[in-house]
Amino acid sequence: MKFAVFISPKAIRAELAATTKEGVIAELVHALVEAGEIKAADQDDIIKAIMKREELGSTGIGRGVAVPHTKHASVEKLIGTVGVSPTGLDFESLDGQSASLFFLLVSPPDRPGDHLRALENISRQLRDETFCRFLRQSKSPDDILQLLEEADGNQFSG
Amino acid sequence: MRPADKLVRAASGFQCQIELERAGQIADCRSILSLLTLGATQGSELLLRAQGPDAEKAIQAISIMFEQQFDEANVESNT
Repeated sequence: MKFAVFISPKAIRAELAATTKEGVIAELVHALVEAGEIKAADQDDIIKAIMKREELGSTGIGRGVAVPHTKHASVEKLIGTVGVSPTGLDFESLDGQSASLFFLLVSPPDRPGDHLRALENISRQLRDETFCRFLRQSKSPDDILQLLEEADGNQFSG
Repeated sequence: MRPADKLVRAASGFQCQIELERAGQIADCRSILSLLTLGATQGSELLLRAQGPDAEKAIQAISIMFEQQFDEANVESNT
């Protein structure tokens, strides 16, 4: 599943301000609200659901990447956003390293496999060290969007 | 992706090399990034392979995890 299918361009954030796990999740969920992808009234519930999923095991998959996600009845299709933290933060990742790249996903409860198809693409692209490096160096949402578009155009690489 | 996490933890306890294959694609069971690239959803057909001194034990242990659905039978699907 290509990035363009589920990443909301208006919700992309370079230079995240948050320095904690809950903070970064809240910042990215808020970005989805500002982009009009989710309602402000659902924001707190979605943050809570994502934190609850994290309690079952961190979605920090290593290489400085985390993929916090949840199902939520308020969305009709898989939506997601990308954020980059300039300093990195502790996400209790599997490899013990700090995380600086975040892909946050919210999927409808009746389509449980969708987030796995998105994760398939994310993890495939992240195997490319150049993609990760450029993503970390991104200074604006436009930089990030351009990288995602390039990755989409080159879907069989890696 | 919780099952993938559990697989990595289990596979890391063995000396042998353990691989999962789906539709011709092969993933290293010790790497969650590698496992996630399989895009394996519930019901996907997978081939488990191990090579090394404790390969037989590894196959047994990991097969049981699949059979027991990673202890997630009553959790709504594998998030």
